[in-house]
Amino acid sequence: MSLLEIKNLHVKVGNHEILKGIDLTVNAGEVHSIMGPNGSGKSTLAQVLARREAYDVTAGEIIYNGKDLLEMKAEDAACEGVFLAFQYPVEIPGIGNAYFMRSALNAIRKYHGQDEMDAMDFLPLFREKLKLLEMDEKLLNRSVNEGFSGGEKKRNEILQMALLEPKLAVLDETDSGLDIDALRIVAKGVNTLRGPERAMIVVTHYQRLLNYIVPDFVHVLVNGRIVRSGGPELALELEETGYAVPA
Amino acid sequence: MIAETEQLGTYLESFTEFQKRAAGRDLPWLRKLRESAFARFCEVGFPTTHDEDWRFTNVSAITKTSFELSRDAKVTKQEVEQFGVAGLGCQVVFVNGHFSRELSSIGQLPAGVSVSSLAEEISASSSSVGSHLGRYLDIHRDAFSALNTAFAEDGGYVHVRRGVVLTEPVYLLFISTAGDKPLMSHPRNLIVIENEAQATIVEDYVSIGETVAFSNTATELIAGENAVVSHYMVEREHRQAFNISTLRIQQGRSANVSSHSVLLGGGLVRNNVHPVLAGEGGECLINGLFIGNGRQHLDNYMLVEHASPHCASRQFYNGILDDHAHGVFHGRIIVHKDAQKTDAKQTNRNLLLSDDSRIDTKPQLEIYADDVKCTHGATIGQMEENALFYLRSRGIDEISARKLLLLAFANECLDRMAAGVGRDHVEKLIHAHLLQIANSVKPLSTVARSEDLGRNLEEVG
Repeated sequence: MSLLEIKNLHVKVGNHEILKGIDLTVNAGEVHSIMGPNGSGKSTLAQVLARREAYDVTAGEIIYNGKDLLEMKAEDAACEGVFLAFQYPVEIPGIGNAYFMRSALNAIRKYHGQDEMDAMDFLPLFREKLKLLEMDEKLLNRSVNEGFSGGEKKRNEILQMALLEPKLAVLDETDSGLDIDALRIVAKGVNTLRGPERAMIVVTHYQRLLNYIVPDFVHVLVNGRIVRSGGPELALELEETGYAVPA
Repeated sequence: MIAETEQLGTYLESFTEFQKRAAGRDLPWLRKLRESAFARFCEVGFPTTHDEDWRFTNVSAITKTSFELSRDAKVTKQEVEQFGVAGLGCQVVFVNGHFSRELSSIGQLPAGVSVSSLAEEISASSSSVGSHLGRYLDIHRDAFSALNTAFAEDGGYVHVRRGVVLTEPVYLLFISTAGDKPLMSHPRNLIVIENEAQATIVEDYVSIGETVAFSNTATELIAGENAVVSHYMVEREHRQAFNISTLRIQQGRSANVSSHSVLLGGGLVRNNVHPVLAGEGGECLINGLFIGNGRQHLDNYMLVEHASPHCASRQFYNGILDDHAHGVFHGRIIVHKDAQKTDAKQTNRNLLLSDDSRIDTKPQLEIYADDVKCTHGATIGQMEENALFYLRSRGIDEISARKLLLLAFANECLDRMAAGVGRDHVEKLIHAHLLQIANSVKPLSTVARSEDLGRNLEEVG
């Protein structure tokens, strides 16, 4: 059984149809990259997987881990192991980063009938992940994403992913706006999490990220449809030819 | 108008009877103070929305009701326990404005500290009452101050002598009880913190039983030179209650006073805070949080008077409004002619959780000195849908996520309170109240409206 099966997915935002019939199968252990030009629907797909309600699914289905993902609320999908690394991580003044992440981890633990973690148990775990992403300890007590640089925000996303250990991670343009050092650190964090139990969907605009996170499959999304699929070599080819739809 | 005249008649009856039996009726100065205050009240009558200071608050519900001066009511120790602060030594309880010895526990106080009831101090002809009572609260400011002064008899009395540092807060609990007829009370507090002394005072307004009640309270707080004072006012009466409260602060040279107002309850609430920075180098923090739902009306009227050079004042008020609640923030700053190098700042931030909630926010700066720094700003927004989704996408359920965001907003106010029993007390109340709000909040009618409706007004003058 596949971890994720998307069949004939149609999605509207307002009156505008963004996704026009997506089919995609992702198995545990695989890394899929979705590439495409601006406005092709990449981020919409990512947001729908994370169950953002503003997107109106008009047709099709998404089976995740044997369950109907479209029946799930955002928090339930998260507890079931879906994680979205946001393209634009949200700043939340007044909530400490560590407190936020412990609340998230405990919500998921509670969902699975596990004991909640207190601050004393959580702190060493949090520190270990901070180290993995080469992040400053001062980010522990700062408000969530507030005053973070672009690179810090993206690293903070991967930090959350490392803590929450999802089954399906969706990375929405995590590479955008990163310098080469930050990109390397983010990729290292992501690669550490690759494993036979976990699948990843890496949404990107640029081929560069895929030098560091080598995907098993590459899909090209243009105008709401997957127009080509292939292996990692497809990414290189796109770099040369661009996103032109083959005749 | 006829109705109002009738009500004035009722107040006159109450007042005539009050003057016959009130503590201190034989003290000529006090008799005169009460009489002139009552005369002033009759002269001006209750304010209407035509008065600039009352533009957003209609008090006709108070004007039209015939209130009786409340007498004693039976309240048991068990009933009080649900409100008090466990483990706190000094708790003074007032029932309908009258001191209750049996419900209070004043405990052992350090030398140089007196805590008692104003009525007792008046009866004992205390010199400090004679020299301070009615000296700062201006009966000409509004009808409610005049009315309170006319009926000034009982309330909290706190006196901390020169150089004494009181570490535990003095907790004043005001209980209004249900009656057959609408009851009114006019608690009057006198807090004198002498030079170089320190103290924390908590005023907590609660109610037992839900009938119409009117608490018209006034506090005169005198902070001597270099004194450090924290004052908390918590309003958590039931929704039938009218609460008009005035805190008049008089600050001496280099005194540092923090006023924290937390409005959670009450149907119609007007919270006046009026500090006068009368000595050089004084510092004043006016911090507040008002949280309303249902049909609550919560009005905050700040009047910060800079009367001396080199003083700093900071006003921060945050409002959270749901359902049909209506909030008001009126922040007035007066910088007098000689108050050079004044540094005054005012910020009012509001979160509207429903389509029908409303906030009126109004800054008012009157500057008569030429070398000052005054800034003010106000924001009005909704709960950020992006932030909510972000939290939910991490596994946090919707109600918890809403509560987290509300707490984050409220924490801005809590963070300005010094650690201690006072802060712990209000923090607990705020958390419980916000959970209740988070549970009842309905999603807004449209998504992503925060951008459309969000307004940010910042000005430097």
